[in-house]
Amino acid sequence: MNDSTARLTPEVFPGCPRPVAGYDRVVLGHGSGGRLTAELIERLFLPAFSNDMLAALEDQAIVPLARDPTDGIAPRLAFTTDSFVVRPLFFPGGDIGRLAVHGTVNDLAVGGATPLYLSAAFIIEEGLALDELARVADSMREACRSAGVMLVTGDTKVVDRGKGDKLFITTSGIGLARAGPALSIRNARPGDRVLISGTIGDHGVAILSVREGIEFETVLESDCAPLHTLTRAMLDACPGIRLMRDPTRGGVASVLNELASGSNVGVRIHQTAIPVRPEVHAACELLGLDPLYVANEGKLVAVAPAADADRLLRTMKAHPLGTHAAIIGEVLADHPGLVTMISSIGGERVVPLLTGEQLPRIC
Amino acid sequence: MKYVDEYREAGGARRLAAAIERACTRPWTIMEVCGGQTHTIVRQGIDQLLPESLELVHGPGCPVCVTPLETIDRAIALASRPDVILASFGDMLRVPGSRGDLLAARSRGGDVRVVYSPLDAVQLAAANPDRQIVFLAVGFETTAPANAMAVRMAHRRGLCNFSVLVSHVLVPPAMRAILDSPANRVQAFLGPGHVCTVMGIEEYEPIAARYRVPIVVTGFEPLDLLEGILRTVMQLETGTAAVEIQYTRAVKRQGNAAARRLIEEVFENCDRDWRGIGVIPASGYRLREPLRAFDAAARFHVEGLCVQESSLCESGAILQGRLKPHQCPAFGKECTPQTPLGATMVSSEGACAAYYAHRRHAPEPLTIAGANVP
Repeated sequence: MNDSTARLTPEVFPGCPRPVAGYDRVVLGHGSGGRLTAELIERLFLPAFSNDMLAALEDQAIVPLARDPTDGIAPRLAFTTDSFVVRPLFFPGGDIGRLAVHGTVNDLAVGGATPLYLSAAFIIEEGLALDELARVADSMREACRSAGVMLVTGDTKVVDRGKGDKLFITTSGIGLARAGPALSIRNARPGDRVLISGTIGDHGVAILSVREGIEFETVLESDCAPLHTLTRAMLDACPGIRLMRDPTRGGVASVLNELASGSNVGVRIHQTAIPVRPEVHAACELLGLDPLYVANEGKLVAVAPAADADRLLRTMKAHPLGTHAAIIGEVLADHPGLVTMISSIGGERVVPLLTGEQLPRIC
Repeated sequence: MKYVDEYREAGGARRLAAAIERACTRPWTIMEVCGGQTHTIVRQGIDQLLPESLELVHGPGCPVCVTPLETIDRAIALASRPDVILASFGDMLRVPGSRGDLLAARSRGGDVRVVYSPLDAVQLAAANPDRQIVFLAVGFETTAPANAMAVRMAHRRGLCNFSVLVSHVLVPPAMRAILDSPANRVQAFLGPGHVCTVMGIEEYEPIAARYRVPIVVTGFEPLDLLEGILRTVMQLETGTAAVEIQYTRAVKRQGNAAARRLIEEVFENCDRDWRGIGVIPASGYRLREPLRAFDAAARFHVEGLCVQESSLCESGAILQGRLKPHQCPAFGKECTPQTPLGATMVSSEGACAAYYAHRRHAPEPLTIAGANVP
């Protein structure tokens, strides 16, 4: 220790004013999927609705139904909901409607459930062209068809011009939960392997490139896709999968942090193993973003026992939505609750949960 | 990705690290000037590849960190006015002022926009003639040409609703201030690659000569930094004190002549307050007289600016390389990225934020060089 450290004893500092610790109003970061979002849920919503199914904080709740007296089987429903706000409404590779269907389908699928029925609520800003709304509805119909689900109930509200961003959609979905042990963010164990189903950051960068007017030699498309056939194939090949998550807002880094704290394990990933498209890599370099935190809409992170990992990887690669799948890391007993990454040059660092939104750097 | 991947390659990194190990026979303390360099060092784990006797200390070159509290408070006050749109680079939004940050100002109804270029702010001014657009013009010499261009463009287009809140800082006066400090431990510098891309290296030569310190102007990729460190160690070991350019793919001896002319046309030197360090003479830019009308601080009167820094925060000592982030008693306790006491905990380029984010897994976060060579 040097001289200046010795000088710094806490007694030197009397009680002194501290800057504002938190926010007394909602800031955009509360919607980032990072630490502020987690705080909002844990401190405000969980206490309000405290129950075990909610407190599990999975992407879907598993709801037990009454046992059928004739065959003695107690079916379990998987239930989830998600809201979609995206600007622009239409972007390369998708649109808000497709996103709204696939997002909810995926939240069911990564829990191992078979998606069945959806609801959709539309909050529409006065002035939206009916033609645009029709295109969204068309897209949702096609998305339902490809995901094998039916949209069976819905609602429509219109708000004054300027009080909404053209269109917000909330979808809820129910599916049939799979028999056997639940997949859970609490299930990862030391020695397990971490897999990703393909290139990361495609959706977020596709949206940003439209919004910021960044052009590539090829059009970068959102990865928006329904994952239910991939998850089915994975669970058939490897019933011992511990958990799956779709890394939407907050990206892969946020999912890894959630599983590290949920399972009280360490996670170590390898930068060179993580698939990233060159365009996404370039855009992130340009904009000062880290693809690990950028949203995906057609990818999943899975954790499986080491003995099953290679078989699972082969199954994923054989599926059209998993051709770029990779084993990106492992679960450790060391540093529980923390995610680390071995960099391309061999250094190791923590991959933290972001406080709020990723903010572009100045230089 | 060309110009990126070849500078992040593991084999090259190992070769350079081995060469540094061989070259380094004594303890040395080297400061990397730029926040961007600190960022790469910590994120890529470059210090983990270096011999223990070699200590990297982190310099003052994070523009977000050294922007004075008063400027932040003034920006928040302006953002809160209904007639103002405040445009800023993204990472200024979470920097704590005396009472909250720009994100909180936005949640209270302030119109705060993130832009990637000051020229986008000029476009905002053209598109919103009934609003006042204030651009928060912070940064080192690197961002000065674009900010100068924005002011010149607004001037030529007669955009009277555009102004800039200038808090520009300059690297060479800060390096001199560090070297003049009696507590200085820095024996050599990794010079600022992007600043020198604009300004060239001539103004660094008198510093190297007067203080007998090697200055190697270095880039921002892992292999850049390792090569910069190797060249610095070779100078130190041989008793040389010269200015060298490692970052040759960007830096020319004369810098960028057009950019320098633009800066010269729009800005002049002034004394500048550095957050955590204090006033350094002739260490900043302000608008020249004919363009002073575009100075937001002059255009808008802000009352009741009463700035109070946390006395717990040691970011001044950290920015001058006298302390490592984890040696501050508030680090990770009172001061975290959620509750930052100083700006070094906010910006992703800030040394404290980098340590907090990326160095919590190691039981002993850092090895301090065995001796503090004066």
